[in-house]
Amino acid sequence: MDTPQKIANGAKPWIEQAETPFIRISNLTKKFGEFTAVDNITLDIYREELFCLLGGSGCGKSTLLRMLAGFENPTSGRVEIDGQDMANVPAYARPTNMMFQSYALFPHMTVEKNVAYGLMRDGVSKSDAADQVADMLNLVQLSEFAKRKPEQLSGGQRQRVALARSLIKKPKLLLLDEPLGALDKKLREETQFELINIQESLGVTFIVVTHDQEEAMTLSTRIGVMDQGEIVQVGEPHEVYEFPQTRFVADFIGSVNIFEGRVSADATDYVRIHSQEGDCDIHVSHGVSCTENQKLWFAIRPEKLTISREKPRGKFNFVKGVIDEIAYQGNLSVYRIKLASGKIVRVTKSNRARHDGDAFSWDDNVYVSWDEAAGVVLAQ
Amino acid sequence: MSKTNGISIGRRIFNRIGTYGRSLVIGVPLWWLIIFFLIPFAVVFKISFAESLIARPPYSKLLEWKDGLMVLKLHLSNYGYLIDDDLYILAYWSSIKVAFFSTLIALLIAYPMAYYIARTTERRRGVLLMLIILPFWTSFLLRVYAWIGILKTNGIINNVLMSLGITSEPIVMMQTNFAVYVGIVYTYLPFMILPLFTNLVKLDNSLLEASADLGASPITTFFKVTLPLSMPGMIAGSMLVFIPVVGEFVIPALLGGPDTLMIGKVLWNEFFSNRDWPVASAVAIVMLVLLIVPIVLMRNAQQASAGASS
Ligand SMILES: Nc1ncnc2c1ncn2[C@@H]1O[C@H](COP(=O)(O)OP(=O)(O)OP(=O)(O)O)[C@@H](O)[C@H]1O
Ligand SMILES: [Mg+2]
Repeated sequence: MDTPQKIANGAKPWIEQAETPFIRISNLTKKFGEFTAVDNITLDIYREELFCLLGGSGCGKSTLLRMLAGFENPTSGRVEIDGQDMANVPAYARPTNMMFQSYALFPHMTVEKNVAYGLMRDGVSKSDAADQVADMLNLVQLSEFAKRKPEQLSGGQRQRVALARSLIKKPKLLLLDEPLGALDKKLREETQFELINIQESLGVTFIVVTHDQEEAMTLSTRIGVMDQGEIVQVGEPHEVYEFPQTRFVADFIGSVNIFEGRVSADATDYVRIHSQEGDCDIHVSHGVSCTENQKLWFAIRPEKLTISREKPRGKFNFVKGVIDEIAYQGNLSVYRIKLASGKIVRVTKSNRARHDGDAFSWDDNVYVSWDEAAGVVLAQ
Repeated sequence: MSKTNGISIGRRIFNRIGTYGRSLVIGVPLWWLIIFFLIPFAVVFKISFAESLIARPPYSKLLEWKDGLMVLKLHLSNYGYLIDDDLYILAYWSSIKVAFFSTLIALLIAYPMAYYIARTTERRRGVLLMLIILPFWTSFLLRVYAWIGILKTNGIINNVLMSLGITSEPIVMMQTNFAVYVGIVYTYLPFMILPLFTNLVKLDNSLLEASADLGASPITTFFKVTLPLSMPGMIAGSMLVFIPVVGEFVIPALLGGPDTLMIGKVLWNEFFSNRDWPVASAVAIVMLVLLIVPIVLMRNAQQASAGASS
């Protein structure tokens, strides 16, 4: 392999830029009539990446995948896979396989035949194909259903057939449109693990669409967050989570508290934001390029907040409120705290002790405080 | 009468109408079948065992009172006659042959048409379907006569061919099997297109995409995905063409020649020229049996395959 260092070993070609990207998407746009489903996307994806596309329903994820697979013609822009322009390459000649969101299993073929379909088209011998199909069905735990027709399977089983069918050809690029949505938690985790295994052992590049951000976090080398046809942020999972660039991203990935405010002091190594919502001054211990009195948003994750009965020391970074609701979730509890302004702040607290005598309860007056480096300042 | 009583009677009447209504809905087609199919069939079946007479009606009675006894006289000779005279066997055979090849030709022509109509834009689809159905608005006889005008020796085709100098002599097309095939395929084409269209229009496009995605060329996709999935449409269309064509009378009579032997024509001759109703009835009964047996077999096969897959 011409790769200098494998992603599996911790290389980050998107930072090092030492190799040419495997997939180059440039200024890709798709319009359906007047409606722009994919809006001027430029994106590089490197060999052996497992790239997750995250975004709300209807934001254009499937349309983007379909353009890569060759089912939709771009309105403008270009797609390059492994150095080859895909403009005039029909779907059946592309080095890609796709798992369809609707599964698209052939209803007149058994599970076995469905999975073998791609191999037969490549002229693989019957016995070879049978072996590979058996292995693949074993992997997705469907061996005993080999002779069934798709309509005789449950939703999750169909999803696994679709997954097996797209994996079996071990293409250079695998496009998975919500591959694990219908699986139960245990099977989903096993299959995620298997996907990573396949990816590392075969060196396949994956682009995976998912609604499940936890899945995106565990699976991916990088995440692309989409909104209304555009990619709004691309980054490694922790970057996207800890350093969202917009309120949309902060809000879409994980849960977040956002305070709207104006810059009250702007220095090289800190900013202060005054927020009416929180009725507080927020001190952020790093410089932000902004101007005095500019409107900004301060975003902070619930797990980075602390609740206390006593007023915290210091002048900044706390708000006062009343506990409105407590949701016990086993490993942690989520507190909804109502501030004087009516704003609700979410705080999570891990349940370290089995029985906490000093636990907070409904209608307690509390302070919520945070560290001066715990949040991010967003300009949009 | 007390008020509650009135209500309960009303409800009872209403319930009864409900059950009546239900049996009415099921009953109408049932009665339709009984009155317009089973009774005539029974009558024909009965006549097929009678003896031809020069009388009115022109056949003997099956049941007769003789010396205070009820006598049933069944003449199997009509059926024996069908076997003895190879005219009938030849006619059956050639009818089935004509029906088979017309069905095949109609299928080959209808499939691409139905496929195109199913895959084109919604607006064009409406127009095209309209065009398929449009001929039904004029008389069938008129349309067959029109074909005479097209096919005859000094008809449109020959005129065009000769004026272009492609042939010097007119080609004889009328009163040949060729003309019969043209007429039959033309007439029955819509019955092939429509069921095929209803089937193909339901074909999920993502299946074709999945096939392409797995490396199948459009032609392979057609034979591996589209064609097998359109089998029910092809069977339905073929039935709708094959069955009536076997008994077709008008088209061979108008477009065919003396050597066009079809059972419909034989039937017509027996009834109206020979006035031998019993033999004609036997011909009809045998034709029905010949048609019903393959239909039942086909249905069973279809149910078996549907049962295996569900
Ligand atoms: N063939 C089409 N014609 C018109 N509009 C389309 C077509 N295909 C998709 N769209 C529109 O484009 C937008 C993006 O669709 P797409 O299927 O890519 O969404 P998605 O991000 O995959 O959503 P989901 O998460 O719900 O699957 C949607 O608003 C959809 O209605
Ligand atoms: Mg989608």
